[in-house]
Amino acid sequence: MRELTYDEAAVEAVAEEMRRDPKIFYLSTDPIPPLLREFGPERIRATPIAESAMTGMGIGAAGCGFRPIVDWRQVTFCFVAMDQIVNQAAKIHYMFGGQARFPLLFRATVCGGGRVAAQHSQSPYSMFMNVAGLKMFLASTPYDIKGLIKTAIRDNNPVISFESSRLLRLKGPVPEEDYTIPLGLADIKREGSDVTVVALAWLVHEALAAAEELAKEGISVEVIDPRSLVPLDAGTIRDSVKKTGRLVIADEAGPTAGFSAEVAAVATEDGATFARLKAPVKRVCALPVPIPYSPVLENHVFPDRKRILAGIREVLREGPAQAA
Amino acid sequence: MSLSPQGRSAASPATNLPPETQREMLRQMLTIRLFEERASADYRAGKIYGVVHCYIGEEGVAVGVCSALGPQDRIISTHRGHGHCIAKGADLPRMMAELYGRQTGYCKGKGGSMHIADFSIGMLGANGIVAGGIPIVTGAGLAAQMEGKGGVAVSFFGDGASNAGPFHECLNIAASWKLPMVYVCENNLYAAQTAAAATHALPDVAARAAGYGIPGEVVDGNDIFAVHQAAHRAVDRARSGGGPSLIECKTYRWRAHTERKGQPDYREQAEIEAWKGRDPIARLERQLREESALDDAELQSMERQITAAIEAAVAFAEASPFPLPEQATDDVFAA
Ligand SMILES: Cc1ncc(C[n+]2csc(CCOP(=O)(O)OP(=O)(O)O)c2C)c(N)n1
Ligand SMILES: [Mg+2]
Repeated sequence: MRELTYDEAAVEAVAEEMRRDPKIFYLSTDPIPPLLREFGPERIRATPIAESAMTGMGIGAAGCGFRPIVDWRQVTFCFVAMDQIVNQAAKIHYMFGGQARFPLLFRATVCGGGRVAAQHSQSPYSMFMNVAGLKMFLASTPYDIKGLIKTAIRDNNPVISFESSRLLRLKGPVPEEDYTIPLGLADIKREGSDVTVVALAWLVHEALAAAEELAKEGISVEVIDPRSLVPLDAGTIRDSVKKTGRLVIADEAGPTAGFSAEVAAVATEDGATFARLKAPVKRVCALPVPIPYSPVLENHVFPDRKRILAGIREVLREGPAQAA
Repeated sequence: MSLSPQGRSAASPATNLPPETQREMLRQMLTIRLFEERASADYRAGKIYGVVHCYIGEEGVAVGVCSALGPQDRIISTHRGHGHCIAKGADLPRMMAELYGRQTGYCKGKGGSMHIADFSIGMLGANGIVAGGIPIVTGAGLAAQMEGKGGVAVSFFGDGASNAGPFHECLNIAASWKLPMVYVCENNLYAAQTAAAATHALPDVAARAAGYGIPGEVVDGNDIFAVHQAAHRAVDRARSGGGPSLIECKTYRWRAHTERKGQPDYREQAEIEAWKGRDPIARLERQLREESALDDAELQSMERQITAAIEAAVAFAEASPFPLPEQATDDVFAA
């Protein structure tokens, strides 16, 4: 199968959908060259650097029958549009009693590792997960991002595509034919029986590397990528934990009220899953600080395969298995 | 009358609108007035919950502007939104049912006074966030431009909202893209308890249009013909591809910012009385009588009809069921 980068796969998803549906148009402060070349400045619009206006305009056009894509670029830039995202996009369908639909895709780059410091590195998806009325996902592979973006564009609600800045150049197989990936469906990236690792984006790859290493010691790690944050596939996570009895959650965001906390709750508030847990749940997250600039500092803040490994070893040591 | 930036239009000349149209304007303003009086009374009687912002005194703006629009045109409103709904043609029973929190309301009881919308008539919703609607309706303007059918979008907002970022972001983008927009500032001289004089660098919001290279006009918001004519010019310009305009309607709210009990109101009684003397409804009534286009019998019959329509709206609301508790989880997402 041919290979595309994560970034190319995302752009290809947008282009294919735009060819299919003339109601789709794109707002961003800096148009993506191949999209601009193919669709022209009427549909690929360069906006002023006014995220509040462009976000709200996307909402308004969506309510009038269009299917806009609003590209915030760095997720940190959308914070100046918080009213439009939280008060308007998320609530408008519900607040007006469901009388109009707002099909809208937001795109935003998240994560760190780029040495660009706190205002250009953040993984704030749990802030948005906390707002009812928004769907969102964070893909870890070119295949996944293409299928998820296509689904999101066809969805009749505001959907946020969080995209990992660490993965933009990651290559992977992407079929030429049309396919979509439903929201709310996790992917088991590696099957295993001793411990479940739920990870997102770059940390899926780090978890797979950790699993490979542990396999040499006869430890079998299952790696689950939820992909979709809202809706979250609780069933796949619970089934895996019921099988392995151990759960490590790896996330590039900080732990506080985070995605990792949500996954821990999903596992522990279900009686059948809780009963099978053999060890406390372990979270491997970023330190709770704004992301610093200097490589020494930034590397220290983020989790990686080493910390995932340590986390896995910790849950393997703890609990009844250790006593046995 | 010129459309030059910062132009100030003179008092409206005798209008050439047909008498039926003028009477219809009066009927709509009176409907808003009587609807608001009822909403206020029912709020104080505990039948309407939360908060209600009355539009009494400002009716000339909503009706003057919406009478220059067609059904394909779209508007967005503010927290003080009942008047815009009525002027765009919303259904009184469904409005009242929404205020009463009933299943049959426009928003099935999920919105209340600050969130009445009717997308089927191009009313894209009242908005509880000051300036929050301006970007959304600017998106409706973009949609109208892309649809290419000559539609126009109108943003109603207060003097308070004109100091917020979205106003400036949107005027710039609408001017840059020549969007078919009309921005209507309802300058009622106060944002909640704060006088515009204390928070505006310039006395006229319309003057800001110059910064975006678009026409800006101050009109007497209590002179419905002046409002209508200014709106007409701006709508024509927008429809013909000339881009956005800013109209500032100087007006005044008669009641406190909200209907809440104990709501502070620091305005001078003399100022309130002076503005009541400039009642847009009494003014149109007078003009119509002078032109012999209205007599006592016609006015009384009009008032009777409106009162009956509002009674019917209240009866509909009262007879309507409350939502079922479990309907709270409906409509978070569209199918
Ligand atoms: C962003 C935001 N800040 C504060 C408020 C509280 N608030 C509601 S209405 C209002 C005054 C608005 O004044 P103006 O825009 O002039 O409209 P008016 O009430 O005079 O019609 C304020 C401060 C709000 N709803 N939204
Ligand atoms: Mg005001």
